[in-house]
Amino acid sequence: MAGEKAPEKKAAEKKPAKKKAGEKKPAEQKPSQKAAGDKKKRVKKYHASRNPVLARGIGRYSRSAMYARKALYKRKYTAPETKIEKKKKEMPRATIIKPVGGDKNGGSRVVKIRKMPRYYPTEDVPRKLLSHGKKPFCEHKRRLRASITPGTVLILLTGRHRGKRVVFLKQLDTGLLLVTGPLAVNRVPLRRAHQKFVIATSTKVDLTGVKIPKHLTDSYFKKKRLRKPKHQEGEIFDTEKEKYELTEQRKADQKTVDTQILARIKKVPQLRGYLRSTFSLSNGVYPHKLVF
Amino acid sequence: VFKRFVEIGRVAFISFGPHAGKLVAIVDVIDQNRALVDGPCSGVRRQAMPFKCMQLTDFVLKFPHSARQKCVRLAWEKENINEKWSATRWAKKIEAREKKAKMTDFDRYKVMKAKKMRNRIIKHEMKKLQKLALKKGKKSGKAAKGKKPEKAPKAKKPEKAPAPKAQKAQK
Repeated sequence: MAGEKAPEKKAAEKKPAKKKAGEKKPAEQKPSQKAAGDKKKRVKKYHASRNPVLARGIGRYSRSAMYARKALYKRKYTAPETKIEKKKKEMPRATIIKPVGGDKNGGSRVVKIRKMPRYYPTEDVPRKLLSHGKKPFCEHKRRLRASITPGTVLILLTGRHRGKRVVFLKQLDTGLLLVTGPLAVNRVPLRRAHQKFVIATSTKVDLTGVKIPKHLTDSYFKKKRLRKPKHQEGEIFDTEKEKYELTEQRKADQKTVDTQILARIKKVPQLRGYLRSTFSLSNGVYPHKLVF
Repeated sequence: VFKRFVEIGRVAFISFGPHAGKLVAIVDVIDQNRALVDGPCSGVRRQAMPFKCMQLTDFVLKFPHSARQKCVRLAWEKENINEKWSATRWAKKIEAREKKAKMTDFDRYKVMKAKKMRNRIIKHEMKKLQKLALKKGKKSGKAAKGKKPEKAPKAKKPEKAPAPKAQKAQK
């Protein structure tokens, strides 16, 4: 009984489906103005489920019965294959032919590009526990004290220029402060200084409209080190740069920045002399009591 | 021996405590250690205050004991205590001390330069006078004569130089 009913239903369903299709076509042909767009955009009407529900999660027909009912034997789509074909075509080269020297060697070898690992560790590296909030240095947040703004006079506390008063220009990407003497005033060139080792005074030079060249970054100021010993154990230490050499570019940059700043320093009385002087403590002078 | 006494109307300067630095008038004495005190023109409410934190000033107001704030205020404004106070050396010293504490690094540099210049001027004049004195001493051969011209001009010179210093202090 059930078996008989099924084909009947199927036939009945087929016909209305066909009819629908048939109806669609003349309907499409009539409004010929919309023809071009409509033919491509056939609104697909999906059939309701052909598997009546007996109870939740349980259908009337089995998988194979449904296969037949849905006429999947007819619906075998091959369109996605084209992508696979494309991928197959674009497979990367596995081997490469390299020339080889020496006679009687047969000029070339076929070499694998991606080779198998030459070593397998006996114990695999254990899986690291998840951590969060551990950022690499390049992603750290750079802070700047509120007392340090462009044009502030800073007192350097460490380094060869300790005690010197210096003009702050800007903060670089690594967080270090770009600072200049200016050179003509106290022999401090364009240099980096660390925020922590600096006292910010309340004296400020007006740096509006001063243009600092954009190529002055951390990599510009970074110390250069040669590292190619080539296994000569005799004189490795000599070849590496020990002495710092002034380049013409540094001189040019110093000049461009300093001329602008010197003009502004001269406007404030006694500021030049102030920048030339050095900071020092003496008896009865306590830094925690000083107002900078 | 004692010139300033605790009395009704004595204006006192509060040296420590929450009202440090303000002027108050003594309205009444409560007991050995405390006084009823009021500072209508200096922002101090009428309250009891221990004598220890008060330092007596030279000013005395005239009002009856336990007079109300209005009377104290009238007396205060009549005597113009605020202006008189700021004219005293005491108040000026306090102000100078505050200014010195507020000096920034740049100000300190400027003061240093001004002091240096002043001292140079003084030294220069001193040397001049000393030279004069020596010359005169040699001529007349009497040390007493040499001392006189030295002292008189010396009093004048340091007065010139304080002028630039006072300007710097004001800055």
